[in-house]
Amino acid sequence: MKHTLAVLVENKPGVLTRVAGLFARRGYNIESLAVGPTENPSVSRMTIVVEGDDHTIEQVCKQLHKLIDVIKLSDITQDPHVGRELVLIKVNAEPHVRGEIMQIVEVFRARIVDIARDSLIVEATGDEDKINAIEAALRPFGIRELARTGKIALVRGSRGKVLEADLSEQENVSQTG
Amino acid sequence: MKRTGAQAVIEALLQEGADLVFGYPGGAVLPLYHALADSPIKHVLVRHEQNAVHAASGYARTSGRVGVCFATSGPGATNLVTGIATAYMDSVPVVIFTGQVPTSMVGTDAFQEVDVTGITMPITKHNYLVKDVAELPRIVKEAFHIARTGRPGPVLIDLPRDVAQAPCEAPIPEQVEIRGYKPTYKGHAGQIRALAKMLSEAERPLIFVGGGVVASGAEELLVRLAETLQAPVATTLAGLGAFPEDHPLSLGMVGLHGKPYANHAFMECDVLFGLGVRFDDRVTGALDKFAPQAKIAHVDIDPAEIGKNVRVDLPLVGDARTVLEDLLPLVQPGKREAWLKRLQELREAYPLTYGRGGDVRPQWVIQRLGEMTRGRAIITTDVGQHQMWAALFYGFTKPRTFISSCGLGTMGYGFPAAIGAQLARPDAMVWAITGDGSFQMSMPELGTAVEQNLPIKILLFNNQSLAMVRQLQHFYYEGKYTAVRFSGNPDFVGLARCYGAEGLRITKQEEVIPVLEEAMQNGRLTLIECLISEEEMVYPMVPAGAGLNEMILPED
Repeated sequence: MKHTLAVLVENKPGVLTRVAGLFARRGYNIESLAVGPTENPSVSRMTIVVEGDDHTIEQVCKQLHKLIDVIKLSDITQDPHVGRELVLIKVNAEPHVRGEIMQIVEVFRARIVDIARDSLIVEATGDEDKINAIEAALRPFGIRELARTGKIALVRGSRGKVLEADLSEQENVSQTG
Repeated sequence: MKRTGAQAVIEALLQEGADLVFGYPGGAVLPLYHALADSPIKHVLVRHEQNAVHAASGYARTSGRVGVCFATSGPGATNLVTGIATAYMDSVPVVIFTGQVPTSMVGTDAFQEVDVTGITMPITKHNYLVKDVAELPRIVKEAFHIARTGRPGPVLIDLPRDVAQAPCEAPIPEQVEIRGYKPTYKGHAGQIRALAKMLSEAERPLIFVGGGVVASGAEELLVRLAETLQAPVATTLAGLGAFPEDHPLSLGMVGLHGKPYANHAFMECDVLFGLGVRFDDRVTGALDKFAPQAKIAHVDIDPAEIGKNVRVDLPLVGDARTVLEDLLPLVQPGKREAWLKRLQELREAYPLTYGRGGDVRPQWVIQRLGEMTRGRAIITTDVGQHQMWAALFYGFTKPRTFISSCGLGTMGYGFPAAIGAQLARPDAMVWAITGDGSFQMSMPELGTAVEQNLPIKILLFNNQSLAMVRQLQHFYYEGKYTAVRFSGNPDFVGLARCYGAEGLRITKQEEVIPVLEEAMQNGRLTLIECLISEEEMVYPMVPAGAGLNEMILPED
């Protein structure tokens, strides 16, 4: 099963290497990893999608937690959360099919962000299903290039709002193994 | 005059109470050595950087303090790698400083440049590349804190030459604040109550302890727990000394080469309490046959160890000593006469025996050494048959007296570790038990030991072969002995003497006690070469894929 991990890390050089290296050497599979700074410039947020059974995911979380630069970590798979991915698709678009492509773009509430003589770049955001669906819808026209960001996610509601208050509470992965 | 970064490091070392550094200089680390020269810190110059980490590790394990070592960039740093990995696998607190090329040259493949933080990332608890001298005092303070707290481990600081030479105004901070690092010492109260109930109600409890008990200093509480419950105590290799082996409740070491009755007891216990252990594969044998009747409780300070290898019925994160303090008042005393009687039957039915061998039996020699030193010497070992014989036959009674590469199994560890141990405990008798294979991996450190005037006793079992490998070939590779025979060994006694040390030799059994006695009394660095048969085997031996009770035992 796929799990989504929300990981707050120190915004320092080498932290991505520590996380990626941990996955590689312990044989865990990263489905996607998205990282960027947060509202606090000293903290970065990683959203990691990882495939594995419960035992594996538990180990992933515990091992990640051991990294000194990992500040806070939660498996938000079961929590109500907003998860989004952004995709850019450069698709073949001869003039006679452009209308059809634009209809697809409209259905998915995507956008056309660049036009060349025989191609378009479509930008779409959404959850994984939606991104997969628009990709499938555009494939018959011929996809020239495609870039996906990987999932980013936040838990719904007010939980997790104040970072500093949370930092002293390492409640996850602690007492019950 | 402002202090330099290097001087700030020395100041921080002194503040941490580090009065001893093991190391080997080179171009990029010279600023540190320059600052060291004016300080009261003693430096021990080794013969190879790997042995600087091993010695720092031996020092740390013997003293319970943080070991420190210095090395230069490039090859100096890469030579450390085996030592760092050894310390990491055994959770030993060591802080390692490496010199690095100046920051302007980092990343250019400069002379003696290597990405040491990249290389050591998987084998350190944490590491730092210092780019700004203003951060250096904080980093050194953090490094010591990280190395010694929680599950201890090695921390490396890579220090570019220009950073070490730059003026450093930043003070050493009073407090360490690392928001991503808050180890859990105190166990969850509800889980502790559940554990107390589980242990109190057990009919056949077995306490199984490892290096975590030694690291946390929980040995006295452990004796109280065992006596209150009347529960036997078995140890891992790293746990030797955590529970006195002359105690009637001691089962000694369990596992692949564990004591036969201890291995059988694991098959019969109904509650297994793992304390400061990690259920390593050398201990469990086949996992599906491990402790089949037992509910398992597991206490460890590292949450990632709990549930990693075995299914656990009662997980509890915490420091061994702190948890025992909270647990003891809640445990009901018991007599458990039937269980103790059964254990006595197991001891009689499955005793520890030698098997066949030559004239001088290494097991017998180690037993005599154990008696003559009353189980109180500090024993370091290398890796191989002698390591297992030491573990099985010495009879450890005190924590921090068995110093060995348990997790990584690093040959060449024992002698440099003995150097660190002897410097940590000048009053103690330190014995490095080794073999001809292992000793040749760190033999040049004889020079270091002579220089430092250390009266270490080296007990070298010479069978002119790599007999543990030979044993594996005997059992698993049709007895085809490949690449295990040494025909070019030196005269070890002569070697010791040419370094200015004492050299003694044991060739027959009646020489054993007089030679050991002479070594114990001469007050000098002494190498005893003890000639043994290459056909000796370590028994018992649990074959691959078997349960702990399915041991190969000697025929006679």
